[in-house]
Amino acid sequence: MNVDLDIHVRRGRFTLEVQVTAPAGVTVIFGPSGCGKTTLLRAVAGLEPVDHGKIVIDGSDMTEQPAHRRAVGYLFQEPRLLPHLNVLGNLKFAQRMGRQVRGQSFDEVIALLELDHLLSRAPFALSGGEAQRVAFGRALLSAPKCLCLDEPLSALDQGLKHRILPYLERLRARTDIPILYVTHDAAEMARLADYIVLMQAGRSVLSGPAEAILSDPAAVPYLGVRAAGTVISGQVMAPDPTTGLAVMAFDGGQLILPELSQTKGHNIRIRIPAQDIVLAREKPRGLSALNVFEGTITQLHSGQGPGVMVQFKTGGTLFLARVTQYSAQKMELAVGQTIFAIVKATGFDPAGIGT
Amino acid sequence: MSWFSVSPVELDALRLSLWVALVAVALSLPLAVTMAYVLARCRFWGHGLLNALVHLPLVLPPVVTGYLLLVVFGRKGALGPVLEALGMQLAFTSAGAALAAAVMAFPLIVRAIRLALEAVDPQLEEAAGTLGASPIKVFAFVTLPLILPGLVAGAVVGFAKALGEFGATITFVSNIPGETQTLASAIYAVLQVPGQEAAVGRMIVLSLLLSFGALLLSEILARKMVRR
Repeated sequence: MNVDLDIHVRRGRFTLEVQVTAPAGVTVIFGPSGCGKTTLLRAVAGLEPVDHGKIVIDGSDMTEQPAHRRAVGYLFQEPRLLPHLNVLGNLKFAQRMGRQVRGQSFDEVIALLELDHLLSRAPFALSGGEAQRVAFGRALLSAPKCLCLDEPLSALDQGLKHRILPYLERLRARTDIPILYVTHDAAEMARLADYIVLMQAGRSVLSGPAEAILSDPAAVPYLGVRAAGTVISGQVMAPDPTTGLAVMAFDGGQLILPELSQTKGHNIRIRIPAQDIVLAREKPRGLSALNVFEGTITQLHSGQGPGVMVQFKTGGTLFLARVTQYSAQKMELAVGQTIFAIVKATGFDPAGIGT
Repeated sequence: MSWFSVSPVELDALRLSLWVALVAVALSLPLAVTMAYVLARCRFWGHGLLNALVHLPLVLPPVVTGYLLLVVFGRKGALGPVLEALGMQLAFTSAGAALAAAVMAFPLIVRAIRLALEAVDPQLEEAAGTLGASPIKVFAFVTLPLILPGLVAGAVVGFAKALGEFGATITFVSNIPGETQTLASAIYAVLQVPGQEAAVGRMIVLSLLLSFGALLLSEILARKMVRR
């Protein structure tokens, strides 16, 4: 399943012009507030009229269809539960409106979001996190061909966010439909994205697979320095026999990690922020850091700030490191050079460790 | 004849009052919902004018409203020939009394429903749309249940207004016992004759009971809905 978008919207002085193809999996639409992310999602769901363009969902042209015929599940920033129905009534609402929902998916969604003890409650008796989980379940139970999540965590406090994120990750691992996920939180993006669309002032400035975008120096100005970094996928191996530390194999070597909740054979994603990698021209010795990789510099990118983004390749994996301009000059870094990257095990973002 | 025995004329007036008020509310309600929806949700040229027109019976002297009804629906009125062709007569009939009461109650019912509609969050309706509800289903399954308390309040206020309506009714349909004489006009008729204090007292007690009953019922309904 795919979502193909070619959307042109003009509202006064604001223009939205986006062409994107979102495959199955999570496509994060990232950008500063006011760049048109929400307008884009609303246009996909049929909540915002489009001046011209095309919206194709799962092969059928939905451009002229009203919202209720599009089969686009939408999770708003607020739960928007129907106050005159209880939780069960809200979850079954789409079915009552004639959407064909498979019988088993109801139990699956209840289990996925842990809603069974809430079913008979009224919406006003739910906490913020519970209400958003119910709204999420309700969207999933509308037999969607595409899901639009519009900053679904932004109204929740930090603690709740971390409790809802695992649900999103579980969904991401199971679903086979395109999920458009709007956020301006870089950590959320790094954690969930399979595919990234970077937006600015109504246009998509960069888009591609998450691994490529996050390790692309050109994306750093849009992501912000702290969000830039590599996402690497790999497989959990048997623990290191001498140290007992966890090991993850990826295309380019093996990472030694302090701790992993997943057992051998699991596929995991790890995010390494660009600022957590130290570069050296010669192979370092006598270091406490366990992970040292040899790589070739593929790109150098100096922005307006004091930093230089260095992209290098180890095996088939692209890494991104940030050094100061002073260091880059002193080390005489250049494209094609061989360098050694030191990654400290504690440098791994624990929030970035997921399925 | 004891003080408590209600005469056939008084009983007729009571029965007619109830019938007129119920028919008036039943007639007004669907139209009032439509009008409230249009006034609350649609923006168009002439919006203010329509709003003023709906509220006109509230501010006009009831006699004027009754006279205007006569001008439009009377036998020699603008729509007289049409009504005659349909075999209908409104002036000086109980159906006309119901129409007069409906016209007088209409603005009050519209107001109550419009307030309820304006309190409904359009975002909820939008969310229901993404769940596969067509605009008609959104109205039936989201908007209508949410404005139900306002609808009941409007109906009760309208019922009370229709029950007490006097000026427009007596102008449009006169005061014919058994046909157009409601409690209000019966009390008025009896007051014209000296020595009828007992009859006046009885009908006032009946009016009190009726109004009280209506208020009590609305209170019970409102509580039930809040509990839901």
